[in-house]
Amino acid sequence: MDSFSQNPELTTSIMAVEFEGGVVIGADSRTTTGAYIANRVTDKLTPIHERIFCCRSGSAADTQAIADAVTYQLGFHSIELDEAPLVQTAASLFREMCYRYREELMAGIIVAGWDPRRGGQVYTVPVGGMMTRQPVSVGGSGSSYIYGYVDSNYRAGMSKEECLKFTAEALTLAMERDGSSGGVVRLAVVSEQGVERQVILGNQLPKFSTV
Amino acid sequence: MATVSVRQYHRGGFSFENCKRNALLEADINKLGFSSPAARKTGTTICGVVYKDGVVLGADTRATEGMVVADKNCSKIHYISPNVYCCGAGTAADTEMTTQIISSNLELHSLSTGRLPRVATANRMLKQMLFRYQGYIGAALVLGGVDSTGPQLYSIYPHGSTDKLPYVTMGSGSLAAMAVFEDRYKPNMEEEEAKRLVRDAIAAGIFNDLGSGSNIDLCVITKGKVDYLRPHDVANKKGVRTGNYRYKHGTTGVLTKAVTPLNLEVVEESVQTMDTS
Repeated sequence: MDSFSQNPELTTSIMAVEFEGGVVIGADSRTTTGAYIANRVTDKLTPIHERIFCCRSGSAADTQAIADAVTYQLGFHSIELDEAPLVQTAASLFREMCYRYREELMAGIIVAGWDPRRGGQVYTVPVGGMMTRQPVSVGGSGSSYIYGYVDSNYRAGMSKEECLKFTAEALTLAMERDGSSGGVVRLAVVSEQGVERQVILGNQLPKFSTV
Repeated sequence: MATVSVRQYHRGGFSFENCKRNALLEADINKLGFSSPAARKTGTTICGVVYKDGVVLGADTRATEGMVVADKNCSKIHYISPNVYCCGAGTAADTEMTTQIISSNLELHSLSTGRLPRVATANRMLKQMLFRYQGYIGAALVLGGVDSTGPQLYSIYPHGSTDKLPYVTMGSGSLAAMAVFEDRYKPNMEEEEAKRLVRDAIAAGIFNDLGSGSNIDLCVITKGKVDYLRPHDVANKKGVRTGNYRYKHGTTGVLTKAVTPLNLEVVEESVQTMDTS
């Protein structure tokens, strides 16, 4: 089996939710090369700046390269400004790259973070290079299975704990149904206070009656 | 109401469909007195593990050219810097040249910074180069080393994605080697235990994969010391021939002997000096 000639992909379930004071982001942890899981503990929540993260889905190489480039550009921009960058700026940089090179790239990215001007924000930049702000966004191959759950269970004005529970449950359901998603659930809360990260291991995931 | 349909076939994974047919064919061939054709080998097994004091890298030593073993004892663990080594799977020329280019650039970088190079720097350089070539450089690498931030291990794919992990395998024998790792890996192992684990993982690739073969090379990297063990384990010793077809001197009796010297005439002599300035 030519496992090393296939392009590793983040066939994924990723999600981000805005709440009052910040954002909650989450992802599964599976990277596949064809039918083999190349990395079962991947961290798809990549820091772009101190309070700005991106959730990566699509080609692992493409999203890593884009994230590295945007991290550099945003860092430079932030030093020039002598100020924390806006989440919208980060999202625009992602959009600029993903749209310009749309024929060559396969990357679905959710940009989420907190800035002093507009608080917690979630911007989605799917394959093709569109950019739009959404209060809650899901992505990756596993997202198809949870649109109904997310649409019916999301309420505006949820607290941080409710958002964490909502994200963990949605991702668990996606991982349960999507063969290309799995492993552990990685969560992060980005707010004015900073970043809190947590990992929910396989046996600690919420249980549903369909499982 | 829509019926739930099950796909008739699935790609990937082992297909058991032809096993019964193969068994019947095997029996028929053996009855006629012939043997079925032997399997051919094609690839590599490389792996690495982080242990208490550093990293252990391992590789098999077979290089293949299609259906033929081109090199029975090639070296797949490449030098990057005094504290960083890299195993390479995929196209041999690509892994060799890529590691040499990055090794050279890293030495210049190290002279410029005045510091021992970091594993993360080598990783960045490798992934940016491979991404630039969009996967056309067929180099799948296991990069490991110890620097001021501690021991680190990266797996790097031809398209330019990397993963930082405590244990990694690459190559056609990677699944066999990963099976050994997933069974016996523990964090913070001792050196002997880590060496035994890597040795067993490569051996699993050599003996179970239609891919790898020959010996097992190991490279143990710790803070300030590198043990390049080549070979660490000669897993496949060449057999000793039980008989000899050579005839002893004197088997054929010499009846007559005639020596005729050939007188050669020097026709032309010219000397060309090389410009060594």
